[in-house]
Amino acid sequence: MSKVNALLQGTLDWVDARFPLTANWKAHLSEYYAPKNFNFWYFFGSLAILVLVIQIVTGIFLTMHFKPDASLNASGVPVAFASVEYIMRDVSWGWLIRYMHSTGASAFFIVVYLHMFRGLIYGSYRKPRELIWLFGIGIFLCLMGEAFFGYLLPWGQMSFWGAQVIVNLFSAIPVIGPDLSIWLRGDYVVGDATLNRFFAFHVIAMPLVLVGLVAAHIIALHEVGSNNPDGVEIKKKKDANGVPLDGIPFHPYYTVKDIVGVIVFLMVFSVIVFFMPEGGGYFLEYNNFDPADPLKTPPHIAPVWYFTPYYSLLRAVTYPLLGIDAKFWGVVAMGAGVVVFAFLPWLDRSPVKSIRYRGSLTKTLLAIWIVGFFILGFLGTKDPAYKFFGSIPGAPVAQVLSVYYFLFFLTMPIWSSLDRCQPEPDRVTMK
Amino acid sequence: MSCDDNVDCGRRRLLVATAAAGGVAGVAAAVPFVASMLPSERAKAAGAPVEVDISKLAPGQMMTVEWRGKPVWIINRTKEMLDGLAKIADQLADPKSDKTMQPDYAKNDTRSIKPEILVAVGICTHLGCSPTDKFKTGAESGIDPNWPGGFICPCHGSTFDLAGRVYKSKPAPDNLEIPPHMYLGDAKLIIGEDKKA
Repeated sequence: MSKVNALLQGTLDWVDARFPLTANWKAHLSEYYAPKNFNFWYFFGSLAILVLVIQIVTGIFLTMHFKPDASLNASGVPVAFASVEYIMRDVSWGWLIRYMHSTGASAFFIVVYLHMFRGLIYGSYRKPRELIWLFGIGIFLCLMGEAFFGYLLPWGQMSFWGAQVIVNLFSAIPVIGPDLSIWLRGDYVVGDATLNRFFAFHVIAMPLVLVGLVAAHIIALHEVGSNNPDGVEIKKKKDANGVPLDGIPFHPYYTVKDIVGVIVFLMVFSVIVFFMPEGGGYFLEYNNFDPADPLKTPPHIAPVWYFTPYYSLLRAVTYPLLGIDAKFWGVVAMGAGVVVFAFLPWLDRSPVKSIRYRGSLTKTLLAIWIVGFFILGFLGTKDPAYKFFGSIPGAPVAQVLSVYYFLFFLTMPIWSSLDRCQPEPDRVTMK
Repeated sequence: MSCDDNVDCGRRRLLVATAAAGGVAGVAAAVPFVASMLPSERAKAAGAPVEVDISKLAPGQMMTVEWRGKPVWIINRTKEMLDGLAKIADQLADPKSDKTMQPDYAKNDTRSIKPEILVAVGICTHLGCSPTDKFKTGAESGIDPNWPGGFICPCHGSTFDLAGRVYKSKPAPDNLEIPPHMYLGDAKLIIGEDKKA
């Protein structure tokens, strides 16, 4: 054994003299000290990486069979649509790989939304973690782009009309808008040129940017250290060796904890992939089982669930302002609804980070905002004339909630400093 | 830029000039890539005019043809339909079609060359969905008890009348576009061309 050990040690020394393998292992895993009080909410960062890997691996195998071609084949079906059917019916295990990819898209957003919610309640975006948060917003935007471009590829009815609506959003921008949307489509209508370039964005451009941003997100995190449910800095109290008193090495402690999360996640993921891949019409929309028809819009079109809160913001704006169409302001509201998250580190003036030590004012306003976000999301899946219980019209509700959505952020500097907070503890608690 | 003993200002200037020249070259190199995403020559050349035979289009019926990848509707309007157009003028955003969404020869009360035949691009001016025809009038339409017949967009609920004019306070800002078109005979229509031969 000792000879084998010596050989292994020799190999490692040889590598370490040429590449900082051991140094990186220590810096990011065995000597990266994370607070010891991580709870349930801390599963979702590593799960997001897992889903990213699932999407990349399944994506690579899907590109081996998919054809980004909008022309009609001999039976009059668009080639792209037919190639997805071919994956589902004729490619060995193709159905599994595609369902993993389509379920993975929704899973990605579920995991990322929960990960962002964790940041929101524990103040993880506050100083000194502003850049981690901004890289994270970049990841979120990238993910939305990735999902949008990918959704066109199966070339179904929802693919086509969804892309038609979203690309036309850009035409609402004054002066350059109409030319900009033609440039994005590469044609005067959504067509073969659009499908081909969306494929390029989906499989090359966006994933590259995404992986780069994820790396930056983690490097920034490991530079400043993780926040925790108490929102106190563990680096303020260190032992004689400079190790935070409340820190434990990420590996093996959190790698083992995260494996539990991975197993539970994979159980839920498998149930969806094998038994309900359409997710009740939310993960795969039924209208998308019809090939794209440029002459006929389906009777009800709505974006996939993860875009619906912002879609509700878009629809809520119906007044023209400053001589520009309501259409443009709707687009502005939708964009602002996403970008506003980036300003959180500077909007929040509370003396404490974690929700645990913040007062009832913050808790109430945040709870209303979360409920509002869900209702906006729900209304976004419905048609504009939807009525709650058949009597309360949804459109004005969406307008009130949209105003609240933005007021929550815009008035945050005021209410976050007014709130009566409890003092933070010196060290983390194990509640 | 201060020039003290430790800074060679000549070299600093050269450095700045090199960086600026490099930047210009970089921007210039981006031009072909950006331009490659514009519609190709083939895409520009497509969109040939379409010939349509409307002899079988009975009054009250509608047909859809594809022109430049877009749906173009041809509707043979009945007398009642035409009579209804004037009555709803006060509910429309632009009843006289003053924003030019049509060729001059279609800028009239019926937005058409022949009063009964409407030719319109079936793309909502809001975000580009194709509205659904709702020719049934009144409560039967499921829209409004006073609905006089027209179109409703499934995406954001804009409504249009039987001349493709948009109703007030709807997301769509403009009336439907009328494409260039002309008659080659009594029942033969060409869409996409209007030069007098």
